[in-house]
Amino acid sequence: MNVRVLFFASLREKVKKSETRQTVADGATVGDLWASLCREHAALEPMTASVSFAVNREYATRDVVLSDDDEVALIPPVSGGVDTSRAAV
Amino acid sequence: MPAEAIPGEMGVFEIHTKSIDVDRVIAAVANPAAGAIATFIGTTRESNEGRRVTRLEYEAYPEMAVAEMRRIGDVARERWAISEIAIAHRVGIVPVGEASVVIAVSSAHRVAAFEACHFAIDRLKEVVPIWKKEHFEGGELWIGSQTGEAFPTGQRAPRP
Repeated sequence: MNVRVLFFASLREKVKKSETRQTVADGATVGDLWASLCREHAALEPMTASVSFAVNREYATRDVVLSDDDEVALIPPVSGGVDTSRAAV
Repeated sequence: MPAEAIPGEMGVFEIHTKSIDVDRVIAAVANPAAGAIATFIGTTRESNEGRRVTRLEYEAYPEMAVAEMRRIGDVARERWAISEIAIAHRVGIVPVGEASVVIAVSSAHRVAAFEACHFAIDRLKEVVPIWKKEHFEGGELWIGSQTGEAFPTGQRAPRP
């Protein structure tokens, strides 16, 4: 499968590009994609605990299974999230 | 002019590339049924954690940012008796003193407008994919990257 990967902010600066296409195995998850990207770009590895993901513009957990042509955004921490209440909506 | 504007009867959620016209955001929520309009304006502060800030720079995932803003509007509408809500966020360089985000909420009575507006900015800072880079004397820093934790899991169900 082929997915479109978008890099933003600190991640974009680390890999020096804002997007790429990545080939992943059928049944691959978001987590699998991230691991694959880390193998290609060692600079991503330290962000592993703090990065979030979106698939087709919706937040997705690492166990979400990808589909061909998905748009996966790598989302570094957004500003102000640490101090505010994280009460579920 | 906003780079991307999504007008509609259910509120206005926009990303702006130039300075935000606050009056226009207010006009988007003003209506005869409202007895109150509450606003929040986020501005670039000249200092942060002992650093002298020269400017802030914002980067967005615009399509998702607007979608998440709209969701915030939906939640605000569910939880409070509000009439309209509008959110405008600027991207690019925002000099000291200028507005990076403007939120306006109208309601018949003021408590709902105040509370929904407070919720909207708090929630925006948690979930809307817009990142802030602080330029300060001596360097630059993406805010949140040094201590940030991943967005809590479970807020969106995995797709079947």
